[in-house]
Amino acid sequence: MNRSTSLFSRRAWVVLAACTLVAALLPVLHLAFPDGHPLHVSGYMLGLVGKFMCYALAALALDLVWGYTGILSLGHGLFFALGAYAHGMYLMRAIGRDGSYGSVLPDFMVFLDWKDYPWYWAFTDHFWYCMLLVVLVPGLVAFVFGWFAFRSRIKGVYFSIITQALTYAAMLLFFRNDTGFGGNNGFTDFKRILGHSITDPGTRTTLYLATLALLVGALLLCRWIVRSKLGRVLQGVRDAESRLMFIGYDPLAFKLFVWTLSAVLCAIAGALYVPQVGIINPSEMSPANSIEMVVWVAIGGRGTLVGPIVGAFAVNGLKSWFTAAFPDLWLFALGLLFILVTLFMRQGILGVLPAIKRVLPRRRPAVATTEETV
Amino acid sequence: MNSFLTRIFAAPFAALALCLPLLAQAAIDPALLQPLAGDDPDARVDAVARIAATGSADARQVLQALLDDELVATQAGQVLIVHDGQAIDAATGKTLAVPDGADGIVVNNRLRGAVQAALSGLALLAPARETRLSAVHALQAQDPDPAQAPLLRQALAHETDADIKLQLAQLVARADLGSLDPARRLAAVTALADRGDASLRPQLQAMLAQNPDGSFVEPDAALRAAAGATLRAIDQRAMRNDVIGNLFYGVSLGSVLLLAALGLAITFGLMGIINMAHGELLMIGAYTTYVCQSLFRHYLPGAADWYLAAALPAAFLVAFAVGVVLERSVIRWLYGRPLETLLATWGISLMLMQTVRTVFGAQNVEVANPAFMSGGVTVLGSLVLPYNRIAIIVFAVIVVAAVWLVLNKTRLGLFVRAVMQNRRMADCVGVPTGRIDMLTFGLGSGIAGLGGVALSQLGNVGPDLGQAYIVDSFMVVVLGGVGQLAGTVLGALGLGEINKFLEPLAGAVMAKICILVFIIVFIQRRPQGLFALKGRSVE
Repeated sequence: MNRSTSLFSRRAWVVLAACTLVAALLPVLHLAFPDGHPLHVSGYMLGLVGKFMCYALAALALDLVWGYTGILSLGHGLFFALGAYAHGMYLMRAIGRDGSYGSVLPDFMVFLDWKDYPWYWAFTDHFWYCMLLVVLVPGLVAFVFGWFAFRSRIKGVYFSIITQALTYAAMLLFFRNDTGFGGNNGFTDFKRILGHSITDPGTRTTLYLATLALLVGALLLCRWIVRSKLGRVLQGVRDAESRLMFIGYDPLAFKLFVWTLSAVLCAIAGALYVPQVGIINPSEMSPANSIEMVVWVAIGGRGTLVGPIVGAFAVNGLKSWFTAAFPDLWLFALGLLFILVTLFMRQGILGVLPAIKRVLPRRRPAVATTEETV
Repeated sequence: MNSFLTRIFAAPFAALALCLPLLAQAAIDPALLQPLAGDDPDARVDAVARIAATGSADARQVLQALLDDELVATQAGQVLIVHDGQAIDAATGKTLAVPDGADGIVVNNRLRGAVQAALSGLALLAPARETRLSAVHALQAQDPDPAQAPLLRQALAHETDADIKLQLAQLVARADLGSLDPARRLAAVTALADRGDASLRPQLQAMLAQNPDGSFVEPDAALRAAAGATLRAIDQRAMRNDVIGNLFYGVSLGSVLLLAALGLAITFGLMGIINMAHGELLMIGAYTTYVCQSLFRHYLPGAADWYLAAALPAAFLVAFAVGVVLERSVIRWLYGRPLETLLATWGISLMLMQTVRTVFGAQNVEVANPAFMSGGVTVLGSLVLPYNRIAIIVFAVIVVAAVWLVLNKTRLGLFVRAVMQNRRMADCVGVPTGRIDMLTFGLGSGIAGLGGVALSQLGNVGPDLGQAYIVDSFMVVVLGGVGQLAGTVLGALGLGEINKFLEPLAGAVMAKICILVFIIVFIQRRPQGLFALKGRSVE
């Protein structure tokens, strides 16, 4: 492996910068050109790309644990939703008295005939406190869960299945009205964030740019981690955990670190997702959603960091198009994608590129890709 | 109990009881009918009682007409039953034209109560068993009054059916609770200790209550003690029934989980395939049942209840075929890559769900229990065990036994175990491992299809049916220990029981959450499940 100090090759830097620039240009086009102008980017488009970037961030987080550490989580939807709920608490309080009942309490609490906020809603009217919750709550959940799971050396499919059970249990919990998070309907009808109207193009642009910045930042951070010594231990855990233990490493701390970091990144993605999409409800925690995240990673190419981002955009773009054009066929297409990718594209989209390169006559010989094992 | 009103309600019973020997009288004396048209409320109630006391079919007709607002009084003082534009003279039974100026007899609530009580009392003496039984049930729903006791005693004396006799005896005891004779009260309280149910608690508690001045409502100390003992006996019985009921429903839920998870215990437990499409195989079994039911209803309406007999093999075969196709087309390329199998089978599950949605629609379809499975058996007085639950427990036992036999007593089972324990060695000695893989997966899928038949008898059949069971199924297999049939059985029953005993304490959703958390913690402690295979491998 190239041990140069730079995170990416020069060409990759250029591509990354170009992509970031294009993405950053979208809101400028949205604001600068009036509706109907050929260069105008609609608010819908902007929202869509913003949403995809949140998904991409979640996929990136998942790749860190699955692609590099070999821990397949089927419960990342939980962390995504927890981050979203934590931010949602602030957004709900920011509605103030503008709800349908004109009460300080959110509508669903009025509906339940609650007189006051439950204790865990304390201080959630402060934006930064909620941002702290976005990081701390999912981080803590992941840490505690991971500590118990990794300590008893649960791995492979067992780990996957209990993460699925975890998110399923959380979904049931959040579906209850008494849990205090809006039950079935979750949080919605947000009005403003930090005093700005949430539908205002300026606010939306700011959210979009914040998402872009965090996505690029997270990519660089993850890249830095996986290229560090720590990252090599992680890959050791993935490829031959027992051997690593015999050498003298205790994988627990490494796994726990990367697992918690991944959960936190995923939660941040969720927190960015809520104001842009305008709703969060317990169905985000359904096992199906978490598995879908895994598909983004698998399709983009796991263990590549960039791949999951590409995968999230590709799958969700396809989904938006399919559900509009052939709503009945989307699940067929998604199912087929699952099967084809696992059978024929083990390296995902990013794995296909070098394969094409190998086939085409080139000056430089392609670098042999290492076989990934699970 | 002593109120004037209940006395009046009960009056017809007393009168009826006194006049029982006169049952055969046919016509109704106009003198009895006359007060009905009058204004005096007490006289009207009394008249109802006396009409009922004749015990004739005519009396029943008149009272029913009164209840249905079909009784009119002419100015001449005749009482007529007006029905379908015809009038019948209640006194003579002759048919007349409806005269002008006839006034409907107004029935107020008090009179209505009296008439209803009189009618149900009459029904106790009816010749048809069904009529008597429903009369008994009607009386059980109200609080029997001491004034009804003589009538009930009479009915008890005439009764021949053992079941009705038992219930009547209890009714007599309940009625006697309010009797003015302390000896009778005591006898009643003692009699109820054996069979009374929770509905008696308020009455018994009232006997134990104290007046504001500190004296007891019930002056007799022995009676109070007996009432206390009966109350305790009733509470104990209620608690025992609760526990037994919970046990039963726990076993029932356990067998449902077992049927849902048994197929997975083979595909995941034995073969190590993470089959996320397992839930959809259950769903396919349930839909096959639905198709069988529709076919039977269409072609063999006379034998529609027998569709289950066809559905069982059909569901097994359909799910078996789907399983074999899946194994040959997708899964066998993924052996040794469990996480990828998981993703691919999830994709399959999405496609299967969408296929069913396209063919049968997104709405749930209706699968009806056959007639012999609806209803239930009542045990220990008040505990109802539905037949369909019992049938599923029996079915689960049969399926587990069959699977055990196949795995342990057949050549196929031998091969399956051989391939599972040492694939290479099995291959070397000539076991066709590929074919065995295919058949094993098919077997697991077919059993899932059978589970689907069972699930169709309990709840909704819809495209999402499998999704509801997939997490539970995996929990059962993981809890029981992979590759262990006994572990799966124990895991399923254990989860069922824990769930049912937690539900009353924490509510259904919290119980489920508690169980998931429990399993997560349990797996931390024993990653190999309840029954671990002993081995020395590192992984």
